[in-house]
Amino acid sequence: MCLAIPGKVVSISGDDPLTRMGRINFSGIVKEACLAYVPEVNVGDYVIVHVGFALSKVDEAEAQKVFEYLKQIGELGELEAPAG
Amino acid sequence: MKFMDEYRDADLARKFAREIQRITTRPWKIMEVCGGQTHAIVKFGIDELLPKRIELIHGPGCPVCVTPLEVIDQALEIAARPGVIFTSFGDMLRVPGSTTDLLSVKGQGGDVRIVYSPLDAVKIAELNPAKEVVFFGVGFETTAPATAMAIYQAAQKGLNNFSMLVSHVLVPPAIEALMSSPDCRVQAFLAAGHVCTVMGYEEYFPLAKKYHVPIVITGFEPLDILHGVLLTVQQLESGRAEVENQYARAVCREGNLPAQDLIKKVFRVVPRKWRGVGEIPESGLGLADNYTAFDAAKKFGLSDRQVDEPAECIAGLILQGLKKPHECPAFGTRCTPEHPFGATMVSSEGACAAYYRYRRHDAAEMAGAK
Ligand code: SF4
Repeated sequence: MCLAIPGKVVSISGDDPLTRMGRINFSGIVKEACLAYVPEVNVGDYVIVHVGFALSKVDEAEAQKVFEYLKQIGELGELEAPAG
Repeated sequence: MKFMDEYRDADLARKFAREIQRITTRPWKIMEVCGGQTHAIVKFGIDELLPKRIELIHGPGCPVCVTPLEVIDQALEIAARPGVIFTSFGDMLRVPGSTTDLLSVKGQGGDVRIVYSPLDAVKIAELNPAKEVVFFGVGFETTAPATAMAIYQAAQKGLNNFSMLVSHVLVPPAIEALMSSPDCRVQAFLAAGHVCTVMGYEEYFPLAKKYHVPIVITGFEPLDILHGVLLTVQQLESGRAEVENQYARAVCREGNLPAQDLIKKVFRVVPRKWRGVGEIPESGLGLADNYTAFDAAKKFGLSDRQVDEPAECIAGLILQGLKKPHECPAFGTRCTPEHPFGATMVSSEGACAAYYRYRRHDAAEMAGAK
């Protein structure tokens, strides 16, 4: 029900900010979504879509952080391992 | 990056699990509020990766599950009327009302249609001016921008054959209700990331402070959930109770302001009964005064009613995190997804259905071992 999934904006149509629509590619399946709530979004951006509405733009820099964090944990683990 | 498969890497998941194991010194009970997270946890076996001392409690976060029986019955009554096209998200069709469900009404000739977006329902209304088109507006804050836009566009277009049966629910008041209950066992929350894409997370600061609980805004992929658990355990172990945002790639503190504006225009905050939990003050959205012409319950003259739940069903306790599905005597025997007693068995995000689908054998063993 609350499923919302990321997809890539492949095209945008309409100028009226309230009815602006985009075609979104979800790993190969393309669907329409209303872009009224993400006025800042451009073609090529990733958006989180729920029931035909883009709710937010995915921030790539933030998306990387979890992997950087995991890398740190790994390094710490390796440092600790010989001592333990 | 596609922001999906990368977050399902099994090695990285184990790395998180080892780190959680390393820092956990005491038992902790953490509630994941959202049914989408419950589904992912059970499907990917995330709870089994965690140290035994960490218990994940499945929360009330499935709008399908908590839609009150009375409202389901109202939907059934409207859908059975001649001249009506009743539109709904697919997950509502098999939710049992007190005597039947939408799928059966459809089987008996009712014009019930599944739509992907509430805007599709508006389109159907435009194409069928001689029919009354009703949309079943359920969902959390995540769905409210979509239903608000449907009402707003219908009003702009002057559609007087479109209306909505609105049963929206709000997450923070439910967290507050859970925390203020004397039975509450929850020590920390993974808050639902998608709700926060819309509302942001300002509302959680006073809750974290008042109840001294860590609240971590968390995404839906396995690595997100494990990262969320790690952040909560770090807080619990060091005695902190803060609001943290694990899901920063999609959520910012203030949320989606254009969406909030339209929600405030079209809806107003109302008390709402949650199936299995009871009435929670200020926990729902109903239509604002300017938009009551779109209220299906009013339009069809439906009365308020009071209906009893099947006596055997303990969905209420499950929704509050007081019991697990396999502790219900009807689980998997008299109650199955084909013949659900309670809504937690119907929706794929309901805890009973998730356990039935992925854990039936374990559950049988657990029950046998008792
Ligand atoms: S197994 Fe069925 S009867 Fe038991 S709590 Fe779940 S929905 Fe209710």
